[in-house]
Amino acid sequence: MKNEWPLWEVFVRGKRGLNHVHVGSLRASDGEMAVRHARDLYTRRNEGVSIWVVPAAAIVASSPDEKDPFFAPSADKVYRHPTFYDIPDNVPHM
Amino acid sequence: MTSALQEYFDATIANEQRIEPRDWVPDGYRKTMVRQIAQHAHSEIIGMQPEGNWITRAPSLRRKAILLAKVQDEAGHGLYLYAAAETLGADRTELTENLIAGRQKYSSIFNYPTLTYADVGVIGWLVDGAAICNQVPLCRSSYGPYARAMIRICKEESFHQRQGYELLMTMMRGTQAQRDMVQEATNRWWWPALMMFGPPDADSTNTAQSMAWKIKRHTNDELRQRFVDMSVPQARALGVSLPDPQLRWNPEREHHDFGDIDWVEFKRVVSGHGPCNAERVAIRKAAHEEGAWVREAASAYAEKHAREEVMT
Ligand SMILES: [Fe+2]
Ligand SMILES: [Fe+2]
Repeated sequence: MKNEWPLWEVFVRGKRGLNHVHVGSLRASDGEMAVRHARDLYTRRNEGVSIWVVPAAAIVASSPDEKDPFFAPSADKVYRHPTFYDIPDNVPHM
Repeated sequence: MTSALQEYFDATIANEQRIEPRDWVPDGYRKTMVRQIAQHAHSEIIGMQPEGNWITRAPSLRRKAILLAKVQDEAGHGLYLYAAAETLGADRTELTENLIAGRQKYSSIFNYPTLTYADVGVIGWLVDGAAICNQVPLCRSSYGPYARAMIRICKEESFHQRQGYELLMTMMRGTQAQRDMVQEATNRWWWPALMMFGPPDADSTNTAQSMAWKIKRHTNDELRQRFVDMSVPQARALGVSLPDPQLRWNPEREHHDFGDIDWVEFKRVVSGHGPCNAERVAIRKAAHEEGAWVREAASAYAEKHAREEVMT
């Protein structure tokens, strides 16, 4: 009989002041076990001060196939970047 | 349609960018990558056995704690890699079943026995050393999840190699019997360690395609040469000889020349007839089968609690 535990994505906060960052995935029967396994698997050398686990099935992602059209709205708005604006060199602190 | 996808894939590889899990990839790339990652994962998991053999008989509490930590790391390496294989659509249980049914291979090095505690040191020095040579370039593999797993693994391998070498230095400062043990273990592991880099380039059928896909960065013979050049001064500093009368510095090539590898033995061990093949697979199979009730019980417990949560 096949009895695969669900897949969990693991996020670790390396130290206070940093975001949680995705480090990998693991299999566990429930969230509590996933956190324990994540500790043993991804933080054996003080790599983290906090762990999040998320069922992989709960993640909604953009599709790589539509990469260009999906991100196009941000690519054509150059005026969102500070370098879009010409400010004379003699204006300080800007 | 396929050709546009293929073009995008080729351009990503050509630009030294990483392929990520949901990208379109050619079937051959996916198959090769799954095979490579699975074989690597199996090697880490089976690789726990030769050293695990000595945990209960470590000569001191310090060595026992170190060896436990090292073997636990190897379990971790296996799990990072199974996770990476899953991003390509492989099924973790199926991979384990492939291993215990002999459908997928693992590194031939783990089919040799560990006869004395010096073997623990020599494995750290030479076997983990060879693994480092192989793995450092794989940190730049074109497949993102594999490359990231390799970065994590390489950081940990350095501890593996250093603890082994330090163990051997300690034994070399001991009695003559201990020095003899180190030399004898070195003699047994040297040639199998050289075989870890795989068949010579002339016989390596997959190398060209793997190099083009950037899932392999150097040929087997290049990496083997690098390992020999690194090991010679390490052996000298340790005070052991390497069991190869033809091993000498070649000033023209600026590399060490070394003797012929026994590829007949290599093929024999890879195809299942090494000293420990049957034992290694039998132990993995027993662990998998005897653990089945634990996996089922944990699932039943999780299911029951999920139901209770819904009701309250
Ligand atoms: Fe490892
Ligand atoms: Fe290792």
